[in-house]
Amino acid sequence: MELTREAMLELYRTMATIRHFEERGIPETGQRRMSASVHSSAGQEAVPTGICAHLTDDDYIGSTHRGHGHCIAKGVDPKAMMAELFGRATGPNKGKGGSMHIADMSKGMLGTNGVVAASVPLAVGAGLTSKLRHNNQRVAVAFFGDGGANQGVLHESMNLASVWKLPVIFCCENNQYAESTPVEYALSASHVADRAVAYNMPGIHVDGMDVFAVYDAAGQAVARAKAGEGPTLLECLTYRYYGHTVFDNPLSYRTREEEEHWRNRDPLKLFRETVVPQGEISAEELDQIDREAENLMEEAIRFADSSPMPQPSELYEDVYVDYPVELLKRGSNMEI
Amino acid sequence: MTQTAEQTRNITLTQALNEAMREEMRRDERVFIMGEDIQSGVYGASAGLAQEFGYERVRDCPLSENAFMGAAVGAAAVGMRPIVESAFCFMWVAMDSLVSQASKMRYMFGGQVDLPIVYRASLYYGGSMAAHHSDRSYPLFMHIPGFKVVFASNSYDGKGLMKTAIRDNDPVLFCEDRTILGARGEVPEDDYAIPLGVADVKREGTDVTIVAIGGMVPRALEAADTLAQEGISAEVLDPRTLVPLDRQAILDSVAKTGRLVTVDMAHKTCSAASEIAAIVAMEGFWSLQAPVQRLGTANVHIPFSTALEPLCYPTAETIADAARATLE
Ligand SMILES: Cc1ncc(C[n+]2csc(CCOP(=O)(O)OP(=O)(O)O)c2C)c(N)n1
Ligand SMILES: [Mg+2]
Repeated sequence: MELTREAMLELYRTMATIRHFEERGIPETGQRRMSASVHSSAGQEAVPTGICAHLTDDDYIGSTHRGHGHCIAKGVDPKAMMAELFGRATGPNKGKGGSMHIADMSKGMLGTNGVVAASVPLAVGAGLTSKLRHNNQRVAVAFFGDGGANQGVLHESMNLASVWKLPVIFCCENNQYAESTPVEYALSASHVADRAVAYNMPGIHVDGMDVFAVYDAAGQAVARAKAGEGPTLLECLTYRYYGHTVFDNPLSYRTREEEEHWRNRDPLKLFRETVVPQGEISAEELDQIDREAENLMEEAIRFADSSPMPQPSELYEDVYVDYPVELLKRGSNMEI
Repeated sequence: MTQTAEQTRNITLTQALNEAMREEMRRDERVFIMGEDIQSGVYGASAGLAQEFGYERVRDCPLSENAFMGAAVGAAAVGMRPIVESAFCFMWVAMDSLVSQASKMRYMFGGQVDLPIVYRASLYYGGSMAAHHSDRSYPLFMHIPGFKVVFASNSYDGKGLMKTAIRDNDPVLFCEDRTILGARGEVPEDDYAIPLGVADVKREGTDVTIVAIGGMVPRALEAADTLAQEGISAEVLDPRTLVPLDRQAILDSVAKTGRLVTVDMAHKTCSAASEIAAIVAMEGFWSLQAPVQRLGTANVHIPFSTALEPLCYPTAETIADAARATLE
């Protein structure tokens, strides 16, 4: 698929922003006693980047516990995300969600999710709405991991989307481990994509470190979705650079050699090696984008740090719809 | 229980649970474990079990809770004694296996099956885990007939109750409170088991009864220390098992003190504390000299921010305040 120079630079900018967010931001959360269960997506940047490049704010994505990259690629403001990670009132969830629940409905971002594969049916519902109301012109992407591939709800969702021919892309980010469990142990098929056969949809298997490969495959899936032909299962083979969470030591279940092998296939590095020799984009331009992403993170950290914490009174806000008090004469269960 | 120093060891609740499972697996080869990432576990209660018993009996599961929690029911029904390791927050996706199958099968089948299953359910709270990872939903399992619900607050109780849970022929939900799993306590060398349905007085007192469970027990003990400095003698009673519940121990304590504070870390509405308050209101009414005080978690989902989350749970201070309120 042909990409303009600007579009290519945009791909790199998204990947660099994700990388810097993970590498600069996550250690900061620990220093602010907010580190509980933050999952870095460093290494996996090409997947959300290549897919979301086809999407606008009108399209939808459902995300996972490892969702910072999905958010950034879908256009969520990294400054607001950082504030959310710091538990600040200026986060998109007003500090109530944290890393595993970041949602921005204005961007069609239906939430990172603490429950494995749980956002998949949400994306199916968004796809159903697109079919009913928008003639399939809005696409819904459900991100899940190789571990998530074994949740019952994913299989029910794929079947449902297929029988209803919904504009949904089931995107498996196969980073080869679910916590410490290797995919070869937990997956009955050789590829997650093989399972598409059972649901009568195309199953595509791509190199998830190569943003262009992801972009091309996603382009086909988006076209199919918008043409009313139904869902696609897209598996992207990738790798997470760090432990499952900040507390996890990955060398207890994988080797340094394996890590190095995948770091050699780094998505940002691969991008440079592909694009710079073609002559249209220079290494300096990419360096400049890296610097801008770095600066953005400093700005995001400053913004988050200078943002207020939520007020104690906010504890009881947003449990239920906020009807005027006159309507709430009886039946409130808000007693403390 | 009197033990000399030689006969006991000072170990964490996690280690105590590990010992209980290890000893029961040695004792009975039908006992096996299923869970996610347990073979490689170096810290958790299943640590080292795969090394001793092999990967057949310590089984890593794909991320398919509904399937493996349901498989435990099938395996138990035909002769095995599975232990399933999980957490409250991940049990929602397995609710049909747990509720429609595990809890109902004995009754539905007219008593034809034993279901010796231990569902080990971690609960995390207080660590900025946010709404999806902070569920403390044991009262829901109390509400469902068929489950036994165990909640140990220290190493000694943990080991003794885990052994009984494994030997019991009903599905047992074994609550593991992450806030106290690392706390150390004395555990005897010798084999012992603690029957279900027997409460334990963790501190004797005469002015007010505080019924607390799991991680609320240390907070209640701390509150009792504070109250003691004010001349208030608080009795701290730990039911240890919520189903079956030692109603008599609670009623006896209230008969002595005349006052009751019930506290747990589930959402306050329909909590274990609510149930205990209701029992005392009905059966201990004439002993009461003041209204019952019920403490629980605020009826909101658990917020991520450290500015909000600590406001949700009972603390030693709010427990002490509640006790004072019964004496006003
Ligand atoms: C239903 C459910 N079960 C278990 C967990 C605990 N858990 C969180 S992430 C994870 C591994 C997920 O693996 P995968 O889907 O491959 O995603 P990855 O972490 O590799 O991005 C597990 C077991 C959970 N969050 N939800
Ligand atoms: Mg994975």
